[in-house]
Amino acid sequence: MKRICCLLFLLLAVALPAAAHKPSDSYLSLQAAQGRAPLQGRWDIALRDLDYAIGLDADGDGQITWDELQRRHADIAAYALARLRIARGGQPCRLAPGSQLVDQHTDGAYTVLPFTAACPAAGRLEFDYRLFADVDPQHKGLLSVAGAGASRTLVLGSSQPHAVLEESAAQGFLAFVRHGIWHIWIGYDHILFLLSLLLPAVLVWRECAWRAVAAPRAAVTDVLRIVTAFTLAHSITLSLAALDVIALPSRWVESAIALSVLLAALNNLRPVTHRGRWIAAFGFGLIHGFGFASVLGDLGLQSGGLAASLVGFNLGVEIGQLAIVAAFLPLAWLARGSWFYRRVMMTGGSCLIMVIAAIWLGERVFDLRVLPA
Amino acid sequence: MSGAAAARPRRARTLLVRGALAVLAAPLLAAAAPRLPTSGAEVLEVLPWRNSPQQRELRELRASLAKAPQDLGRAVAVARRYIELGRREADPRFFGYAQAALAPWWRQAAPPAEVRLLRASLLQTEHRFPEALADLDAVTSADPGNAQAWLTRASVETVRADYPAATRSCARLSSLADELVTAACIANVGAMTGRLHGSEALLAASYKRGAGAEAAVDAWVLGSLAEMAARRGDGAAARARFRQALALAPGDSYLLAACADFLLEQRRHDAVLALLAPHLRVDGLLLRHALALSGKGDTARLAPEVAELDARFDAGERRGDGVHLREQARFELQLRANALRALGLAQRNWASQKELADARVLLEAAMAARQPQAARPVLDWMKASGVEDPALAHLAQQLRSGKTKGIEG
Repeated sequence: MKRICCLLFLLLAVALPAAAHKPSDSYLSLQAAQGRAPLQGRWDIALRDLDYAIGLDADGDGQITWDELQRRHADIAAYALARLRIARGGQPCRLAPGSQLVDQHTDGAYTVLPFTAACPAAGRLEFDYRLFADVDPQHKGLLSVAGAGASRTLVLGSSQPHAVLEESAAQGFLAFVRHGIWHIWIGYDHILFLLSLLLPAVLVWRECAWRAVAAPRAAVTDVLRIVTAFTLAHSITLSLAALDVIALPSRWVESAIALSVLLAALNNLRPVTHRGRWIAAFGFGLIHGFGFASVLGDLGLQSGGLAASLVGFNLGVEIGQLAIVAAFLPLAWLARGSWFYRRVMMTGGSCLIMVIAAIWLGERVFDLRVLPA
Repeated sequence: MSGAAAARPRRARTLLVRGALAVLAAPLLAAAAPRLPTSGAEVLEVLPWRNSPQQRELRELRASLAKAPQDLGRAVAVARRYIELGRREADPRFFGYAQAALAPWWRQAAPPAEVRLLRASLLQTEHRFPEALADLDAVTSADPGNAQAWLTRASVETVRADYPAATRSCARLSSLADELVTAACIANVGAMTGRLHGSEALLAASYKRGAGAEAAVDAWVLGSLAEMAARRGDGAAARARFRQALALAPGDSYLLAACADFLLEQRRHDAVLALLAPHLRVDGLLLRHALALSGKGDTARLAPEVAELDARFDAGERRGDGVHLREQARFELQLRANALRALGLAQRNWASQKELADARVLLEAAMAARQPQAARPVLDWMKASGVEDPALAHLAQQLRSGKTKGIEG
C-alpha cells in the first residue's frame, strides 16, 4: 500500500490550488541616486527562510521573538551580504550593513537589512545573487534599482544568479553632468567666490565709493569676462588633475580656495582692482579646478569613459554656475542704485563672506572643524 | 445598445466599491513599514509545523543527508518527504527544499530514474509542463514498469488536454497498479472526453469493490466522484461524497477548493465561510472565502481580504511565475470587475493548462470583456474533446448567441 500512497502524492501534486502560501522571495531595493557615491540598499529577508538556513528559533518553541532575532542580527548580515555581490563600472562595491528593523510581507515577518555599497558613482551595475541557493533553489531575489533614470526590476535566483544593468553612454554622461551641478550647488566655497566677484559687477568704483553703472552692457560684459575666465581656468586644472598630469595635496588646495574667497570679498571693501577682477577669477579659478578634480576622483571615473565623465562633470559645473549668475544678475541690476544694495549686500555681504572664508581657512589649514559640514 | 446602458450603473457601483476598498485598505498599507519592535518578548513569526513529529523526523533525515549529500537514497527520501509536505500544506517553500536535496543531480541531462521522476513532479508544481513531460517520457521509455511515472504522465497529459496520450498512459498502468487507481486514472480522462456518466459509473463501481485499502486513495477517488456528481447536477450525491472525502483527508487543499467551488455554485456562502476559515493562508482558499463574502454582500469583511489577495497576487507576479494565473484571473473578474485584465490572465493561463476551471474563467472573462472571439480556443477545445459540463455549455451558448452582458460575480 506504501506504493499507492507514493503514486498518489505525485498525481495530486498536479492539482494544487493555485500558488498557495508563497514561494520564498526576498526583496532587495537599491537607491542608485546620482550625486551620492555609496548606493543605499534595503534587503527584506523572510524570517522563516533565515530560520531554515541558519536557525533563529534559539529555544526551539516554534516561535521567533524579537530577542531571538536581535541576537542573530550580526550573523544574518554576514550570511546575507556574503551571498550578494554588486559591482559598478567594473569595480566591486564594499557592502556594509546598517541596523536591522522588522517588516511584514504577505507571507509573514521579514528582517529589514539596510546596507550601503561603496563603489564608483556611475557605470554599469552588476549583480551576483546566491542567497539560499543551496537550501532552497526555488528562492528568488526581487531586485529593484531606482535612481539612475527609470526604476528597473530584476528577478534573480539559482537559475539566473547574475544580472547586468547597462548604463548607456548617454546615461553615464548625464550622471556626471548631474554630479557637476550638484557639486556647485552644495559647494558653498565656489558659490561665495563667484558671488564676491559678481557683487561689484553692477557698480563702478569712483571717487572712493561704489556707484551704480549706467549702461547694462558694461555690467554684462564684466560678468561675461569673469565667468569665462573662471571657467577656462578651472577647466584647465580640472583636466590636468583628472588626467593625472598634476597632483596637489587636497589640504593645500582646499585652504587656497578658502583664501581665494577671502581675498575676493576683501577686494570689494578695499578694491585693489575693479576692471581687472577677471584676472583674479582666472588665477584663483586654477585653484578651484583642483578642488573639482578631487570630487571627480571621489566619484570614481568610468574606465574607458574618462573623457565623457570629465566633459560631463565640467558641463554640469558650468550649468550650475550659469544658474547662479542668471538668478543673481537681474536682481542685482534692479537693486544696484539702492542704499540697500551698496551697504547691506555689497559691504555687509562681503564682510560676512570674509568671516566665513576666514573660518574655512583656519579649519583647513589647521584641520579643525568649526562650522557644521 | 442595451448592454452598454446596463453596464453604467454597474461601473458606478464598481467605482464605489473600489473607493471603499481604498479607504479600508489604507491602514493596512500604512502598517506595512519597517519598524523596531518595542518588546524583546514580542513574537514576530510562528514557524509552521515546527514541533510535529514529522518535522522532527524530517530534520533528522536532512541532517543525515547533509553528512552525505551525494547519497542518492537519502536524497530521494528527503525530497519525497518534502514534496508530500508541500502538497499537503499547499506550501511551495517545501518544494524548494525538495529541489535542494536533489541538487547534485538536478542539472544533469539524464539523472537516475528516481531523481528524474521527482524532478518531473517538481517541474509540474511550477507549471513547467513540457519539461516535466520530457522527464516522464524518458523515465517511462527506460523503465516501462514504472507505475508512478505512468500515472504522473497521465495526469500531466490530461492537464495539457492531450487525452489520447493520457488514455494510453492509463492503459499502461492497468497491469502495474491496482484496479481502483487504474479506474480513477481512466475515469478522470473519460470525464473530460464526453464520457462523464460512464466514467462516474465505472469509478463508483471500482470504489465499491476496492475502497478501504488506503485512506488517501479513497479521499482522492471520492473527490473525483463528487466533482463528477456536481457536474451532472446531482447536488445531494456531490455533498455526501465531499463530506466523506474530507473526513478521510481533512485539510487537503485540493479537496477544500473543489468543495468550496461546489458550495459557491449552490450559493451556500455561509457553508463556504465555515469550511475555509481555518485555511486562509492558502491563496486559492482565501480567494474562495472572499468570493463567499462577496456573494453574501459582506463588504466590510470583504475589503481586507481583497486587499490581501491583491498583495499576494502582486507578490507572485513580481516573482514572474505563472502558477497563480487561474486564481488571479478569477480574482480580477469576480472581485475587482476588471474584465480586460482577467481576460489577459485567463488567456495566458489557458496556454499553459486546460482543465474545466481554466476553460470556465476564460469564457466568463471573454464574455465580461465583450470579446467573444477571445473565447474561440475554449469553444474549439469543447467541440474537439466533447466535454460535458452544464456550466461551460451554458456559457458557450450565451457566447454563440452573441449575448455578452456582464456576468455577476
